[in-house]
Amino acid sequence: MLDLSNITKVFNPGTVNEKIALENINLHVNRGDVICIIGSNGSGKSTLFNIISGTYPVTNGKIIFDEVDITSSPEYRRAMTVGRIFQDPTKGTAANMSIEDNMITAMTKGMKGLRISLNNEKRKMFSELLKPIGLENRLKDNVGLLSGGQRQALTLLMTVMSKPKMILLDEHTAALDPRNAQIVMDLTERYIKEYELTALTVTHNMQFAIDFGNRLIMMDEGSIILDVSGEQKANLTVDELVRRFKDLRKKNFDDDEGLLTD
Amino acid sequence: MLEGIFVDGLIFSLMVIGILISYRILDIADLTCDGSVATGAAVATMAIVAGLPIFVALLLSFLAGVVAGMITAAIHNKLKIPGLLAGILTMTMLYSINLRILGNKANVPLLRVETLYSKLPDAFQFLPPEWASLVGTLLVVLFVKVLIDIFFRTDLGVSLGAMGGNEQMVISQGINPEVLKLIGLGLSNGLIALSGGLLAQYQGFADANLGIGMVVQGLAAIMLGEFLFSTNRISLLTLRAIFGAIIYKALMFFGRKYGYLVNITPNDFKLLTGILVIVSLFVAQTRSAASTAGAKKKAIARSQAKTMSNKEDATNA
Repeated sequence: MLDLSNITKVFNPGTVNEKIALENINLHVNRGDVICIIGSNGSGKSTLFNIISGTYPVTNGKIIFDEVDITSSPEYRRAMTVGRIFQDPTKGTAANMSIEDNMITAMTKGMKGLRISLNNEKRKMFSELLKPIGLENRLKDNVGLLSGGQRQALTLLMTVMSKPKMILLDEHTAALDPRNAQIVMDLTERYIKEYELTALTVTHNMQFAIDFGNRLIMMDEGSIILDVSGEQKANLTVDELVRRFKDLRKKNFDDDEGLLTD
Repeated sequence: MLEGIFVDGLIFSLMVIGILISYRILDIADLTCDGSVATGAAVATMAIVAGLPIFVALLLSFLAGVVAGMITAAIHNKLKIPGLLAGILTMTMLYSINLRILGNKANVPLLRVETLYSKLPDAFQFLPPEWASLVGTLLVVLFVKVLIDIFFRTDLGVSLGAMGGNEQMVISQGINPEVLKLIGLGLSNGLIALSGGLLAQYQGFADANLGIGMVVQGLAAIMLGEFLFSTNRISLLTLRAIFGAIIYKALMFFGRKYGYLVNITPNDFKLLTGILVIVSLFVAQTRSAASTAGAKKKAIARSQAKTMSNKEDATNA
């Protein structure tokens, strides 16, 4: 479904701040894959997401999505098929507008026309969709009034509503308290199953990375250093993962475990 | 006499709605306004002098404003410079263009030609001429207001509002924000130019210097309106802008009429308008500080009441 070949991303090339964020990444994502990406800060996880969603252009390499070369297509066009949820709950919704206005904007992707789509039938449908997150009676409330957890749940709902082929979850529960994080995570799993989504998710929680999805990728210093799936992944433990992380890194920093949590 | 304030305020209100769109809805500080209002006046005047129907003249001034706004948006989009700077660039260039439109004259009068305001008294013969102007302007403004209200309820209009709130969200929905900015700033400056086209006919001439300080006047009107009531509904936002515009013009009218008592002349109006904006911002800030202080007082009262009742419980026990 998604093919990254020889992706390299260099920030500020030719200056003293030059930084190689991704180095020769090759990744093939199959339809239906649910992939967890782990790695310490600065390992290139977020850059990888920014490259896939088109926030930054690549320095070198090719991105193929469903047999189409999207390497140079702009972010808004890729967003038609790739949904992304950020760590920051305020990024996915417009706080100055009501829940129903946010949802009507998300319902169909792409440039909007001069039709008034929001009617009572739609409101009923939204109300139904909002039931699992307990917002069914607040259609007219401004999104700015919601809590971070509610906003992130709404963002998730809005993202899946527009039927993307793939979703990118950038630590989307990291800013929430444990209870709300659990609610949003349960919803995520439910939607991934219900809508048969392909998903890439970034996490710092190794136990979660082992339990969730069918594939696990570990990144370090801009490269993919581990890629396990299926049976192999199911048999992983946190200790095993830390051991392999150290082996693969071939460097013995004292604080390796500190960079990842279990 | 008082009808004059309302006509003036209503014409001005179209410009205020235009500024409301750029400044409040799109969240872009657009200074194109100072140029496009004069462009609207110039285009309408020259069209009427050339013998075109009034409706066509107004339509042309609207379209000229749309083009001006789109130029600002294009500079902002393509060169990635802030909207503020893009607006200043267009505004400066428009000054020369406006002089060209006026045939290299700074001032063109509308003498011995039919304008909207010479025709209105004929259309509403049962009314005194001043009132006919008022009713005619009111109809034009209401017509535009309703169209704008409907536009901002369409899917496209809602996505413009979403962009003002959160540009990333619009991108995530597969919409090109550059196109939205073209549409938004185009519409905004179209209304501003339309207001200029009406103003030229009402005052009987177009002037290349007409636009100086207009943005600040518009902001003052928006802020005056915002003191009236708070809302997030587009129909009330535009209504508030219209009220704000009329209040602003009324203040200026009384400033002109009674200002001499405190030695204020029309030369001081730009200074006073600026001070009005600053005072409005200050009052809005103090207001929110006051409500915070009020909330604190209540919180203290609540916690004291709780300690008291706890003590009582303890004594009772």
